[in-house]
Amino acid sequence: MGIHDSHNFPGRLIVVEGIDGSGKSTQLSLLQTFLVSEGYDVPFTEWNSSPIVKDTTKRGKKKNLFSPTTFSLIHATDFADRHERSILPPLQAGLIVLADRYAYTAFARDVARGCDRTWVRNLYHFATCPDLALYFKVDIDTAVARITGGRIQIKFHEAGMDLGLSPDPITSFRMFQGTVLGEYDRVAEEFGLTVLDGSRSVVEQQREMRRLVKPILKGLRRARAPRPAAAPSVAAAAGSATR
Amino acid sequence: MDANFYGSGLAKLEISAELPGNLLVIEGADGVGRSTHIELLQGWLEGQGFAVSSTGLVRSALTRRGIESAKEGHSFDRTTMALFYATDLADRIEHEIVPALRSGFVVLADRYVYTTIARGATRGLDREWLAGLYGFALIPRRVFFLRLDPDELIRRTLRRGGELDYWEAGRDIGLAPDLYSSFRKYQTLMLGEFDRMAAQYEFTTIDASRSVEDVQAELRREVANLLDPSLLAPPVDVSDD
Repeated sequence: MGIHDSHNFPGRLIVVEGIDGSGKSTQLSLLQTFLVSEGYDVPFTEWNSSPIVKDTTKRGKKKNLFSPTTFSLIHATDFADRHERSILPPLQAGLIVLADRYAYTAFARDVARGCDRTWVRNLYHFATCPDLALYFKVDIDTAVARITGGRIQIKFHEAGMDLGLSPDPITSFRMFQGTVLGEYDRVAEEFGLTVLDGSRSVVEQQREMRRLVKPILKGLRRARAPRPAAAPSVAAAAGSATR
Repeated sequence: MDANFYGSGLAKLEISAELPGNLLVIEGADGVGRSTHIELLQGWLEGQGFAVSSTGLVRSALTRRGIESAKEGHSFDRTTMALFYATDLADRIEHEIVPALRSGFVVLADRYVYTTIARGATRGLDREWLAGLYGFALIPRRVFFLRLDPDELIRRTLRRGGELDYWEAGRDIGLAPDLYSSFRKYQTLMLGEFDRMAAQYEFTTIDASRSVEDVQAELRREVANLLDPSLLAPPVDVSDD
């Protein structure tokens, strides 16, 4: 067991990775709608949401108390709590767990912040290895265009503003996420992530995603009979997917 | 002291090879007298002209409230616990310990990585994973391990009218149906982990079953040898403090 070995739980774990503006959350939300309509039970977990850790993260961000090391550790703490509460039980119960960001986010982001690669990988050694890990790869220009297009707020830490690279959030975002993208490439190769072209249209990406998901569902029991095929309501799902 | 780390150290924190201060760690179970001895050492060292600061588990401004409220709840998973305590220590190393050492302070740490490694290992976490987790931790100048047999620890705690603590009894891992047996089993396991670490991390093990005066005298001898042998000149008499 662990991040390097496939698990033996009856459920399935699907994770999406990518920088802000890569479209991963939109795609994951569409996939959830689809899988539910197919009759599966599909809980969803997202990065940085553990009730135990939330207040600490919030206070640390507000008062700017984090260093690269404590920023990395608090996210690992958050992940450990969610892994124990929200990821393992549904996997053990035979459900499909969808995770918006996983350990690979830390491998890319914390290392871009200056943490040691081996150290960060060791932190997440306990994480269950996903059945499918999709990396939505976009270039910086595409990501920035989507962010400045107004759908997503540029966040202080996502822009690497804590590193003092540039006083301008967009410039800082470009510099920091440029390094993150380089680390993601390395991570994708090391952990065998499936790379998707995040610059294509939402519908194209979603079709590809469903095609990739199908084989891993073999042998998985549905909770209900599938509903008659409805056309995927892309606009509705995409609107609620911004995080 | 030399600025060495157990692993890759702290990202984006430049530390010169030599820190003018000294980090001294006091380890041992709750009830062995850690805080008493730290207080006595601090008073003595300050009397000798040393600048002294103390730090202890869960005292970081970042994580204190979070860890305390997690301990009050009913599910604090062992991995989450290990990582949360590591966050606390990293924050204190960066914001308290390193700045104090840079200013030449003697930093007395009331427990350090070893307690949290022992807690994790006792709860079944992989020892290598735990050791790797603390790769950011500064290696102390010296670790004093106040060692006490669990039965004596229990008597000391209860004779003062104290209670056996839920977490110090490992009640979260279901070792025994009653508090006493659980505490005894848990502290025996913890002691085993500490004894295992004593060689690996070069603890100075101190027999804590003796009187406060005897234990303090031994600690002072050891500390004086590290910091300044001339501190030893007059015979140590704790009652004069």
